[in-house]
Amino acid sequence: MTTPIQVMPQAAPARKPPSVQKEDAMWLQKEMITRNYHELASAHAEGRKISATFVPGNLNELLMCFDFVRRLPETDALQNGMRKKSGKMIMDAERDGHSEDVCTYVKTDLGMMLQGEFGPTGEPMPHPDVLLLSYTGCFTFMKWFELVRQKYGCETLMLHVPYQGDAKISPNMREYVVRQLKDKIIPALERISGVKFDIDRLRGYMKESAKAEEDLVRVLQSAKHRPSPIDGYFGGVYYIGPMFTAFRGAPEATRFYAMLNAEVQERMRQGKGPMTPEGELAEEKYRLVVEGPPNWTHFREFWKMFYDEGAVVVASTYAKVGGVYDFGFRHDPERPLESLADYCLGCYTNLNFPQRIDMICRYLDEYSADGLLINSIKSCNSFSAGQLLILREVEKRTGKPAAFIESDLVDPRYFSAANIKNRLESYFQMIKQKRAAAVH
Amino acid sequence: MNTPLKDIIARCEGLFEDLRFASVQEWKAAAPGRKAIGYMPIYVPRELIHAAGMLPVGIFGGGDQMEVIQGDAYYQSYICRIPRSTVELGLTGRLDCLDGMLFPSICDVIRNLSGMWQIMFKDKYVKYFDVPQDYDDAIGGEFYVHEMQALRDDLARLRGAPVTDDELRASIAVYNDNRRAIRDLYAFRAQQPWQAPTVELYLLLRAGCVLPPEEHTRLVREYLAAAAAEKRTKRDNARVVLTGAFCEQPPLGLIKSIEMAGCYIVDDDFMLVMRWLLDEVPEQGDPLVELSKAFLHRSAQTPSKYDDKKEDKGKYLLEQVRTRGAEGVVFASPSFCDPALLERPMLQDVLAKHKIPYTAFKFAENTGQMAPIREQAGTFADSIKLWSAA
Ligand code: SF4
Ligand code: SF4
Repeated sequence: MTTPIQVMPQAAPARKPPSVQKEDAMWLQKEMITRNYHELASAHAEGRKISATFVPGNLNELLMCFDFVRRLPETDALQNGMRKKSGKMIMDAERDGHSEDVCTYVKTDLGMMLQGEFGPTGEPMPHPDVLLLSYTGCFTFMKWFELVRQKYGCETLMLHVPYQGDAKISPNMREYVVRQLKDKIIPALERISGVKFDIDRLRGYMKESAKAEEDLVRVLQSAKHRPSPIDGYFGGVYYIGPMFTAFRGAPEATRFYAMLNAEVQERMRQGKGPMTPEGELAEEKYRLVVEGPPNWTHFREFWKMFYDEGAVVVASTYAKVGGVYDFGFRHDPERPLESLADYCLGCYTNLNFPQRIDMICRYLDEYSADGLLINSIKSCNSFSAGQLLILREVEKRTGKPAAFIESDLVDPRYFSAANIKNRLESYFQMIKQKRAAAVH
Repeated sequence: MNTPLKDIIARCEGLFEDLRFASVQEWKAAAPGRKAIGYMPIYVPRELIHAAGMLPVGIFGGGDQMEVIQGDAYYQSYICRIPRSTVELGLTGRLDCLDGMLFPSICDVIRNLSGMWQIMFKDKYVKYFDVPQDYDDAIGGEFYVHEMQALRDDLARLRGAPVTDDELRASIAVYNDNRRAIRDLYAFRAQQPWQAPTVELYLLLRAGCVLPPEEHTRLVREYLAAAAAEKRTKRDNARVVLTGAFCEQPPLGLIKSIEMAGCYIVDDDFMLVMRWLLDEVPEQGDPLVELSKAFLHRSAQTPSKYDDKKEDKGKYLLEQVRTRGAEGVVFASPSFCDPALLERPMLQDVLAKHKIPYTAFKFAENTGQMAPIREQAGTFADSIKLWSAA
């Protein structure tokens, strides 16, 4: 899916960001990511089992209960995108019979496997022992894991998470997910891992998750402040990294978020702007809400188009794909399975259109944003189908200008820097004019 | 007196071409308080709508005769065409005769369209209709029965009276009969494809999207009688299964082209809603439980449905090939259709293992250029014949 994460906005070598505090959290995250790739590389040699699952509906706490080393294929795809390896992988997958029309995350993953068992860092990446098909918010997930199963024979466990078509979680939906967890998923994970399920262990992890989620929300909501101490999209993918992937529920993730929050609150007290790869943003000129995932193959170039103009993304829907925490949901150790179900049911792309539009309008208001920018991703029907209606509705309801750009997640053929830059420049112009008109 | 074949086909053509759904309007006007509920691909239990005294109306896009102007403003170029033509149908008032719309669980595009519809057509009943991907009666079945009950309650509210078990059982019987007729139609075409060209079968199915099921069943039977009596030339065509066109529909010209190029289509996945349940649904017992069991254990396979085990992949397609005596498979998938196009390599893999030849192309509902498809289908038919002669 759409899920980025584990991205480190690295400082350009010549202009290292001055904030040492910031670097503490960044270094910690980098260590976590590197360690996870090492663990994956050596898992089988050490007799450990590997799980793979998706970011939306990622049941990390549950998988940890069975000692799985955890792999997130979307994250691998984005890492390959950032390392400029995805283009070839996509073409390899297309040569292997996959259509040019379909999601490029899937093709990057399949292309990576075609090239041998190596992950984005070049370390060995053994095939997973179980594919936990947490079927949340995207129909393509099902085909993705069926394809992997078809080729590599991995055991696949379906966890069907119903869509919030009526903008609510009904007791029937929750009960359905809980029953699948209890009667199917947990027994199968016990069998595959050889580890007995211990609900108290799950509760322990969920407790950690809730603490970390509290801090993540404080970090994301710091952007309500003027100037915003963070960028909630480009910087946001770094903030959501551990939370959305293999770390939520682990004490190190809790420590990471405590440290990150402390840094961000301090930046806010000092009236500082967000960190960018070229240092701290000196002047915040535009405050934007962004809908849709970023492009990974030209991530730095894309981000630069914003910070060069003084544009800060104060809130993004993308930072909610692996869980929507800012409206109060927390993992709840008191009702562990129900809470896991609610988590899966509540991920952003599992929300219906009216809910998505309400959320964006709310962000525009609560974060005092100048307007909405939609980055429409060719690969991703889940996000993209209907985004033009989102644009119209949000403009109509808020009176704030909205703009539309198109790119892809990991297919470099669909990133047209000149087009995007032009669009952005005229959009910023439009915001300026709107402001001027409001003053006169 | 039997209705002549050409009259049956002309009637079906009239219904197919009428994007203002006059037949639905007439049906509604015939008695006060009648309501019609639209549904999109791929499957909804139409029995519930029928039991509520309403007309289920299948909406399969705008075809190649309608110009899409407003609908295009809602979709990027890389999204398939059916949602944009459906939006066009809605915005131009052509769907005003519908009192509600059901958007089944098939893909993210139709899923998202359900919410768009809620926003664009606020005075209509709109529901995203979920079906289980878990096939245990106690888990997926429980969930599904509840989902059907929620739909039943909504329809009861719209109608102003509850939908009783007896009404549901009666509707199950009506649709069992319809499914029998369609099974007969498919069997007839597979036996004598020259007597029942697919374009005619297709038009008959489309008629079933707008006619009340009882009337549709009669029409299918009349067609079977008329088609059997017709003298038509048998050609030396290859026998193929066409797969992938379960949602956005190919233009009629494309279906004709395939057959004219030398392929008899002997099975397909058009309008699966009519053949989704593979056998009789018991007309006694708890109707929702019986519909659920039929869905879970005796229904068609399609890309939007999870295959529990690796070995299950392609079983339905292989069965189609085997039981219909097909010699090859034509993958006809809508452009930008993730479910069809992601499924395709897996099915091709299964076919290759069974040494069943296949060919593949993409289409859009408004594809105009038939020459390349005719050529490809012709080459495929020739290669099958060469292959079987070798
Ligand atoms: S379609 Fe979108 S959400 Fe689904 S796997 Fe692809 S990028 Fe992710
Ligand atoms: S054609 Fe395919 S992608 Fe388009 S709406 Fe239908 S199933 Fe979805």
